[in-house]
Parts: sequence; structure tokens; C-alpha cells
Amino acid sequence: MVTSDAVPARFSPGDRVAVRVAYPIGHVRTPYYIRGKQGVVERLCGTYGNPEELAYARSGLPRQPLYRVRFRQDEVWPAYSGNRDDTVDIEIFQHWLEPA
Amino acid sequence: MAHDHDHHEHDDAKPHRHPIRADQDDTITTWRAMEIAVRGLLIDKGILSADEVRRQVEDMDNRTPLQGARVVARAWTDPEYCKLLLTDGNAACEAIGVDRGPYTLVVVENTEHVHNVIVCTLCSCYPRWLLGLPPDWYKSRSYRSRVINQPRDVLKEFGTTVSDDMIVRVHDSTADMRYLVLPKRPGGTDGWSEEKLAALVTRDAMIGVAFVDTP
Repeated sequence: MVTSDAVPARFSPGDRVAVRVAYPIGHVRTPYYIRGKQGVVERLCGTYGNPEELAYARSGLPRQPLYRVRFRQDEVWPAYSGNRDDTVDIEIFQHWLEPA
Repeated sequence: MAHDHDHHEHDDAKPHRHPIRADQDDTITTWRAMEIAVRGLLIDKGILSADEVRRQVEDMDNRTPLQGARVVARAWTDPEYCKLLLTDGNAACEAIGVDRGPYTLVVVENTEHVHNVIVCTLCSCYPRWLLGLPPDWYKSRSYRSRVINQPRDVLKEFGTTVSDDMIVRVHDSTADMRYLVLPKRPGGTDGWSEEKLAALVTRDAMIGVAFVDTP
């Protein structure tokens, strides 16, 4: 999966991560509601071209590791009223994640 | 011609008018104008033909949830296949002659403890090669903004009540994965053929807003 045109993966399933709080202009695939929240890596999906570059007809290289990260709903939405174990799972690119 | 309104207000015998459909009954947005212009250029330059474009649209319109239902029915009847589907969705599609698709397929399994539901909060990402075009509600701002933080209420609006002791997992399809829910096989279907089972599996069940009901 890791080749010379791809960034090596920093995280493994089970790692606790935090989503960066940043507001760059452009084609960003990290929803606002999840920025600043903490979750756990569910899986590494592989490496994919960076959408923030691809959207402007650039190469998207180096490819970025993409993860599925699992968040607890009651940590994402303070007023959440469902089961405490309910989750939201989101694909997030590595450059949006920090160790938590 | 049938009329569904009263005529007594027209007793002065004036000609009776129906609303007229405007000659220009279409809207042309920026994006549509751009699509028409780019398509014209591609055809003029010989990169695509009009027939190829038409064929692609026709292919897209011909995709239906039947493809997804075939995959689900096989997974219900073949535990080895089910394992493959949950670990490598694209390979599992290909294994039964279904298009493997242009995106990585993640299949999430409903169990007696977990209910999964899919949304794309950013736009309308959807496994079109398995389910066809997404329904309008899937693309609506209302569904996208509400199922993410009040999934149980939205599911109830669809007539789907998930009990409090079950876990609801919402999957936000934000990037390069596409998602299919593997619904729970309904009771009362022991010994059913794959074809008969596939006929029970609906689009909404594979998005996760419905259960597959016991027949």
C-alpha cells in the first residue's frame, strides 16, 4: 500500500486520534462538525489522492492515508439523546489527524 | 375531459382557462450551461461521441437496487461469501458477476445488537453501481443534516424503530469509500432460494433506513 508517491501511515486501528481544528478554503472532505473531536481509528482504508489538490486539477500526490475513524455520538453532539454507545464513523485523511 | 373543480363561477360563459405550461419550462443553471458547453466541446473534438454520452446516461439509469439485493441474498445463504463481502466488498461483487464498481466498497452488517445507516453529509456519495441513482431524500439537506445527529428520530420517520438497547452506527461517506448495509435476514425464510430472498431486499434496507421485514 505504501509506495514512494504515498505518505506512510502514522496510525493503526485502535489508536486514539483528534481531528485538527482548521478552516482552510477549498474542497475539504473533513466535515465541520467533526473538527476538534476525538475518536478511535477503526481501519486504514488505503492511500488516496488528496481531494484538496485533486479538486483543482493538481496531481493529488503524494497520496494520503485514509482512515475510518469512529466517534461516540454523545461526544460529537453534547445534546445527543440515543444509546451512549451509538457512533458515527467517518473517513478522514491522515493530514487532518493528530495523536490524542 | 375531466375537471376537478366547480364550474359555477364560470357562468358568464367566458372561455375557461387552464394554467398554460410555459414554452420555456426548463431552468438553465450555471452548472447545466457548463455541462452542455463541455459536452459540446468533447464531441466537437472527437473525444466522445453523442452516442457514447447517451449510452452512459442510459447505463446509469438502468442500474437498480437489484444488484445490491443479489449480493445481500448470497451473503445470507453462504457464510463464506458473507465473510468475503465484509472484508473485500468489491471482490465479493465480482465473485457473483456483479460490477465490482469504481470505488472501494465497505459493507456494514446489521446484527441483533447493531443497526447501521448511511449518509453523505457533504454531498450525495452512494454506491450507484449496486443501488442505482440515489433517491431525492438521500440528497436532501434535511436528511443529511439530521440523520447524523438524531438518527433514531429520522429512522422513526421512515417507520423504522430501533430499540434503545441496540447500537446505532451512522456512517458518513465523506471520501473514497462507498457503503452498503447488509440487512438482517428476516425470520421465516429458512430454506428460501437466493432469488426469493433477493426479492425481499429493498433499496432503503441497504441504505439502512428500513429493515427487511419477515414475509
